[in-house]
Amino acid sequence: MSNFEVGQEFAPKTFLIDRQLLVAYANASGDQNPIHQDEAFAKSVGLPDVIAHGMLTMALAGKYVSDLAGGSGAVKEFSARFTKPVVVPANSVVELVISAKVSALENGCAKLDLTAICADSKVLGMAKAVISLS
Amino acid sequence: MLDPDLVGRTFVGASSTVVTQEAITNFARVLGAENFDVAPPTFSISITLAQSQTLLQESGLDWSRVVHGDQRFVLSRPIVAGDNFICSATIESARVMAGNEIVTVRSDLHSGSELVASTWSTLVVRA
Repeated sequence: MSNFEVGQEFAPKTFLIDRQLLVAYANASGDQNPIHQDEAFAKSVGLPDVIAHGMLTMALAGKYVSDLAGGSGAVKEFSARFTKPVVVPANSVVELVISAKVSALENGCAKLDLTAICADSKVLGMAKAVISLS
Repeated sequence: MLDPDLVGRTFVGASSTVVTQEAITNFARVLGAENFDVAPPTFSISITLAQSQTLLQESGLDWSRVVHGDQRFVLSRPIVAGDNFICSATIESARVMAGNEIVTVRSDLHSGSELVASTWSTLVVRA
């Protein structure tokens, strides 16, 4: 883990999101908000379609960070802004592409800037993580 | 509308939540993880979201109109099966921007006297 360098970029990884994953995440996280499962409800509150939980997008970015860090146990801090919804139409698979760059090294930790892209738009803003290198 | 007198107030849960291996495994599996020895970095939201909603039920915050603006996690150590957490929720700030209420809630998970996870959620209550 000690070979992290400032400016180093990590290869992007694509995560696939479909309606089934939204239901699985709702059950695992306890967030059963119908805007993430019920198309009619989502449209009734002004959304274009069912949208993914922002926290699912963040959790998938967290999986990417955990893999870089050598395990979830090394992740000390993680933050993101939900800038755009990830729209998940029925019977389709949406691609979420996560990548990262080392912004700083200090106190035995690496700071990462993360990018999350879906349908050519950034869906997370100011996405950052701090991982322990020890 | 959130009661402005509640800004700065902390609400502490009356009962604790025990983290099960099943809960960690289920959460991690959804993300495609294959290692379940510690919880994924965002796992604590599965405890704090429901707890904070309950703790702030009487606050005047209209949860049905809430959109998640941003989220931050700080972990002093990984969460593991067997952790027995008391959740507290603090309303750190509340303001109105373009007719929408912007409320920042900090949720802490304590295991005994040890603060294991702090999370900050910015909630946008749509006008």
